[in-house]
Amino acid sequence: MAKKKNTQAAVEWDYSPSPESTSHIELKSKYDLYIDGKFVKPSSGKYFASYNPATEEKLADVAYANEKDVDKAVKAARKAYTNVWSKMEASERAKYIFRIARIMQERSRELAVVETLDAGKTIRESRDVDVPLACNHFFYYAGWADKLDYAFPNRKVEPLGVAGQIIPWNFPLLMAAWKIAPALAAGNTVVIKPAETTPLTALILAEIIHEAGLPPGVVNIITGYGDTGAAIVNHDDVDKIAFTGSTAVGKIIQKAIAGTGKKATLELGGKSANIIMDDAPIDQAVEGIINGIFFNQGHVCCAGSRLFVQEAVVDIVVKKLKRRMDTLILGDPLDKNTDIGAINSKEQLAVINKYIKIGIDEGAEMYQGKCVIPEKGYYCPPTIFTDVAQSSTIVQEEIFGPVLTIQTFRTVDEVIQKANNTPYGLAAGVWTDKGSRIFNLTTKLRAGVIWANTYNKFDPTSPFGGYKESGFGREGGLHGLSAYVKLK
Amino acid sequence: MNKKNGTANHRIPDFSLSPRIDKVGVEERVSRFQTRSIKTSAKLQGLKMVLNMIDLTTLEGKDTPGKVRQMCYKAQHLHDYHPGLPSVAAVCVYPTMVGVAKKGVEGSGVKVASVSTAFPSGQAPLKIKLADTKFAVSEGADEIDMVISRGKFLRGEYNYVFDEIAAIKEVCGDARLKVILETGELVTLDNVRRASDIAMYAGADFIKTSTGKIQPAATMQVTYTMLEAIRDFMDETGIKVGMKPAGGISNSKLALHNLVMVKEVLGGEWLNNDWFRFGASSLANDVLMQIMKAETGNYQSSDYFSID
Repeated sequence: MAKKKNTQAAVEWDYSPSPESTSHIELKSKYDLYIDGKFVKPSSGKYFASYNPATEEKLADVAYANEKDVDKAVKAARKAYTNVWSKMEASERAKYIFRIARIMQERSRELAVVETLDAGKTIRESRDVDVPLACNHFFYYAGWADKLDYAFPNRKVEPLGVAGQIIPWNFPLLMAAWKIAPALAAGNTVVIKPAETTPLTALILAEIIHEAGLPPGVVNIITGYGDTGAAIVNHDDVDKIAFTGSTAVGKIIQKAIAGTGKKATLELGGKSANIIMDDAPIDQAVEGIINGIFFNQGHVCCAGSRLFVQEAVVDIVVKKLKRRMDTLILGDPLDKNTDIGAINSKEQLAVINKYIKIGIDEGAEMYQGKCVIPEKGYYCPPTIFTDVAQSSTIVQEEIFGPVLTIQTFRTVDEVIQKANNTPYGLAAGVWTDKGSRIFNLTTKLRAGVIWANTYNKFDPTSPFGGYKESGFGREGGLHGLSAYVKLK
Repeated sequence: MNKKNGTANHRIPDFSLSPRIDKVGVEERVSRFQTRSIKTSAKLQGLKMVLNMIDLTTLEGKDTPGKVRQMCYKAQHLHDYHPGLPSVAAVCVYPTMVGVAKKGVEGSGVKVASVSTAFPSGQAPLKIKLADTKFAVSEGADEIDMVISRGKFLRGEYNYVFDEIAAIKEVCGDARLKVILETGELVTLDNVRRASDIAMYAGADFIKTSTGKIQPAATMQVTYTMLEAIRDFMDETGIKVGMKPAGGISNSKLALHNLVMVKEVLGGEWLNNDWFRFGASSLANDVLMQIMKAETGNYQSSDYFSID
């Protein structure tokens, strides 16, 4: 029987644009400081602009706080701590924190869209990861507020006092939640500064906190640059510094507070190893590599930026990785189908491009995902480097962008040695089908967080933090709570 | 005819070493396909593709020539009130109905697929399975949907399963062979992957998830695992194999998410009914309803769409 040949051509089927609506967003043209329960103008009268990195358009002007404003905020926090918050019944404190969580959930769509506008991250991530996780942190720690005696049995639990908190631009709202929620639950008051490129969701959080009726001064949200942060760190009446950001700034903070009696939690950089063993489920491992390094454009302190692949499977892993990279959709972060959004700022894009150039100059083999880069905005295609060595600059230094280095190894001992051979120690990933291999590696890798057959999974109940130059102290879970209490 | 799917020139791998599948990872990957937002023209194009990929199916003990003839008419006239719609890809029936179906779709380009090999259980001697298949082919079936021996598979008798598929393939002649794994009975994704590899190396032109008689049937996790197996087989041998999820895909959204998966795992070359099919009985009308909604702006009652 003669039959038609199967000669139908490949079908072009592209997803139509599917942008998340911004019509429900009403950004103010100007945002003030939130101090002592009021929105107040900065004493210098100065403002700076926050931009949408995907379009380079200005979103709003934001107050620039100086030392005087910081002093005002710390005084308000001290007053609220002494007179109200530390004296309040713990179950009452819990109610306020629950209320913040619930209002955040109600306004989650708005928060997600503003986060995407301000930070350049995809709406898929801000909607499905950042905002729900931020809400969950408040819910989780609200639950602990009146159970501190059970969190630390047989100890007398006291708050520390006023916490000065400085957060980065990669997960603006989520980092604010990580910092504020445990501090409040333990009975501390807060002065927090979001990063200068991404202040907007923290300022919406100020509105939410205001709406929740939190007593004035319990949470103060002030915006500014590095000097504003320095003023918080150096203020005499701050009891605790919590900082997430670069290792360089972390070192400055540690020097500044040496001998002051201020407690600190520092969550700094990383160059985390993602290790693929020869018995790993390859397709899922490839997906884990993608999630490890391209999640949030690689602006993740625990990004799996150093990939180690056992030599028996390196060819197939690299082949599949390249193929998968070509299917990633780069573009408008507001489009629901976008996988890779915009780089957070022009400055960061310059840093990433500098490292890409170093990689090429060092003779590494580069591959970039096939994507069309929009004309406006700051974008970097997903990038991998093979033919690199432990001694390559791009292997040693944190790039904080969608750039992966791929090294090979032969034996388990070799990969443990190489993975640990770094000043950092934030996270690691292990991919293998064998349970015993997982336990062997997880006990020997010097990293604060180790994922097995997954990567970049976060949960409010799970502690997060690093070894060595990746910082100290833990956030999340009971460990995160203990960073905000004095135990007697 | 499409190229013979001979793997004679390729090394047959040790199927006990088929790649491992991590279920949690697969679920995560699938959930990403499900967040793809398919709107406006992409949606309309996708829905029309879905219609054209359907194997309209009736596989009941109570099937009669009357029922099959009506289904065959529907296969060619999905919704005549809306001109320009494609026909479905094929009708899928029991061997005894192939003759009726063949007449019913004559000249329309709609193919006739016949289940065989003691469908759905496959619990019959090879001799009878071969006879079953030969009968369907002699009645004019364009495609044969066979079932694998799941009992043998679960006992680790992979060579038996392989040889059985190869034997059926030999009697198919020009008919394309779809191999039903019945993934609901294989349970694990590791098994799904291994059975996919066995079927493809033994000569399957298509691999198919389910008979529709066992739950769960064509979950996205299973289909995804099979699509990755097809990709790897293509890489290894250069031979293209088709995919047919069957059972449980009853609405447009799920069907579109399946297409998303095909596009992102295998690419546009698989997005036609030579290489991708849906085995479904009620999907067509839901797709029609969505197409009419897209074009007129209103949902119409199901009474405006003929059931067969």
